[in-house]
Amino acid sequence: MSDTVIDVRGLTKRFGDRTVVDHFDLQVPRGAIYGFLGPNGSGKTTTIRMVCGLLKPESGDGEVLGFDVLRESLKIKERVGYMTQRFSLYEDLSIRENLEFISRLYGLDRRAERVDASLADLGLIERQGQLAGKLSGGWKQRLALAACMIHEPELLLLDEPTAGVDPKARRDFWDAIRRYSAQGVTTLVSTHYMDEAVQCDSIAYIAYGKKLIDSPTADIPKQIGLYGWRVAGRPLMRAQELLEQSPGVELVARFGAEIHACGKGPAALERAVRAVKAAEPHVEIAPIEAGFEEIFIYLMSGAMDNFQ
Amino acid sequence: MTTAPRASPFSALFDLSWARVFAVFLKELVQMRRDRPTFAIMIMMPVMQLVLFGYAINTDPRHLPAVVEMREDGPMTRAFLASLTQSTYVDIVAVTHRAEDGEAMIRAGQATFLISIPEGFERRLVRGERPQILIAADASDPVAAGGALAAVQQVAAQAFAPEFQGSLAFLAPAPPPYEIVVHRRYNPAGVTSFNIVPALLGVILTMTMVMITSIALTRETERGTMENLLATPVRPAEVMIGKTTPYVFVGAIQVAIVLIVATLLFQIPFTGSFLAFLIAVTLFILANLMLGYLISTVARTQMQAMQMTFFIFLPSILLSGFMFPFRAMPAWAQVIGEALPITHFLRIVREIVLKGAGLPDVIGDLWPLTVILLVLATLALLRFRRTLD
Repeated sequence: MSDTVIDVRGLTKRFGDRTVVDHFDLQVPRGAIYGFLGPNGSGKTTTIRMVCGLLKPESGDGEVLGFDVLRESLKIKERVGYMTQRFSLYEDLSIRENLEFISRLYGLDRRAERVDASLADLGLIERQGQLAGKLSGGWKQRLALAACMIHEPELLLLDEPTAGVDPKARRDFWDAIRRYSAQGVTTLVSTHYMDEAVQCDSIAYIAYGKKLIDSPTADIPKQIGLYGWRVAGRPLMRAQELLEQSPGVELVARFGAEIHACGKGPAALERAVRAVKAAEPHVEIAPIEAGFEEIFIYLMSGAMDNFQ
Repeated sequence: MTTAPRASPFSALFDLSWARVFAVFLKELVQMRRDRPTFAIMIMMPVMQLVLFGYAINTDPRHLPAVVEMREDGPMTRAFLASLTQSTYVDIVAVTHRAEDGEAMIRAGQATFLISIPEGFERRLVRGERPQILIAADASDPVAAGGALAAVQQVAAQAFAPEFQGSLAFLAPAPPPYEIVVHRRYNPAGVTSFNIVPALLGVILTMTMVMITSIALTRETERGTMENLLATPVRPAEVMIGKTTPYVFVGAIQVAIVLIVATLLFQIPFTGSFLAFLIAVTLFILANLMLGYLISTVARTQMQAMQMTFFIFLPSILLSGFMFPFRAMPAWAQVIGEALPITHFLRIVREIVLKGAGLPDVIGDLWPLTVILLVLATLALLRFRRTLD
């Protein structure tokens, strides 16, 4: 079997006359954790749904786990674990009943054993009889992950799995994903959290249905070529106003008590920052490396300009 | 690359995994058990409807209020009024001497009949002048007035008979040179509940089965669980069979309840073949489940599903022969009626319960019921959206 788990080309989806996903290509190698980033409404969920056969693309084709994405969706569904953005298990079924239902649908053998193992893994043995609807947000996410892992899929499609979950639960969640990845499970995960994005092997960035970036995570800062300066001290508000008006500064982002000014031209950026220092001698300035947060805020503001 | 055959609902039908059907069935059963109010309604509704309609509906209304405008009071008029009251069709609520009073009562709905006995009625009767008794009926509701009017005419003929003796014998009408013999078969006493109660089984099953399954899929869509369900390898036919089967049992419980209440409370005689009844009721339950399921593939919200269900209810009650005689409807309405499962079921159940019919007698309505069932199931499978599109 090929080592490219997701291999789709030119996927296009329209709702009415709005093109939600536009000629989307993606190649994900086996075992990778692939981050899927983009602003709200950029087409991430639609793309994931097309990959697992929940939506039919208008055009484009490809293979997922070696099966044709248009015609063999049932075979793909048997081997893919899909975690929806919204909790989609049955709230009026208990934790155990949900897992048993899912394992029956996948026709699994040794069902009780698998469900027990999954419950133990979750730390939910004592609460297995509790209704899923009574769980808190973080526990619902963990249950949903357990449910989409119970048939031991080769590919995990996770749609904003950690939205609205506390930091501890998010950390646990990512530990689990890395564990699965080490076992050879491939993961495509969409997220809005940059600390999660940096944990991915590669990142695909999509805006208004178009893929703008698709690179190994480590290469992205170099590829974007964004330079940054830190500006702190008082009067910070005034400094921010000056920076926003300066040519050469393409992004002004507030991080707590400091401002990060970023731009693609290092010389123009430095001139602008030094001019602000000259105007307001009390602020402190220092060059920094632009992080993922800055890069993606920069990309998203760029996307607005390009497409609106 | 292997190419799978294009998935059609028919290929899916032969590619069923009973384990997955069972999974959906079990899940639905647990959800039904958890939803106690709905479950209670499904069990209590048949009892309440039976008692309510079984006792409330009477197509042969009696004790209708009548006002008598009496211009003359004599032994013959008194005998006439006494027989009217004895017929139990009419209750005399007022006697007046003024025509306006009687008219006012009819208009106000206080009386259904106005009976006017003119001045000199007895004298002219004895003289053989054929005096008139005027009976004015509020015929705005034809059913209410019809039975009583027919009765009043008969009563009049009999009321005077005892008086037309001796010297008045010449007034007695000659019997016609022929005799009409009427046999009221299957329900000789004309008890409405004998006709209504077995038919209520059809109405109750239509209401609960269609309503419950009409939200089968819309509920999943509204709660967001549809996305998860579609992401698993479950097939449309498996979802359909698994989701509707629990309600076959609910339907069976309802049938049992109706039969018990019908026998104990209304003394309905069950004269026909029980096997034929079982076959018919099973087909009917399945047809209703498919009808509801088809609605749930069309409706996008539970609210829409409810409205579509009511769109089915009204013709099911009005055009099926449940409320009004089927043969009295114009041809186009009969065509609509024939397309409804309940129309055929009503005929079958009345034939079996009251007329003692066996399987061969009801075949003529069993096969249309089967055809309707198959058409509905096919449409529902074709309509099932395998994707979220």
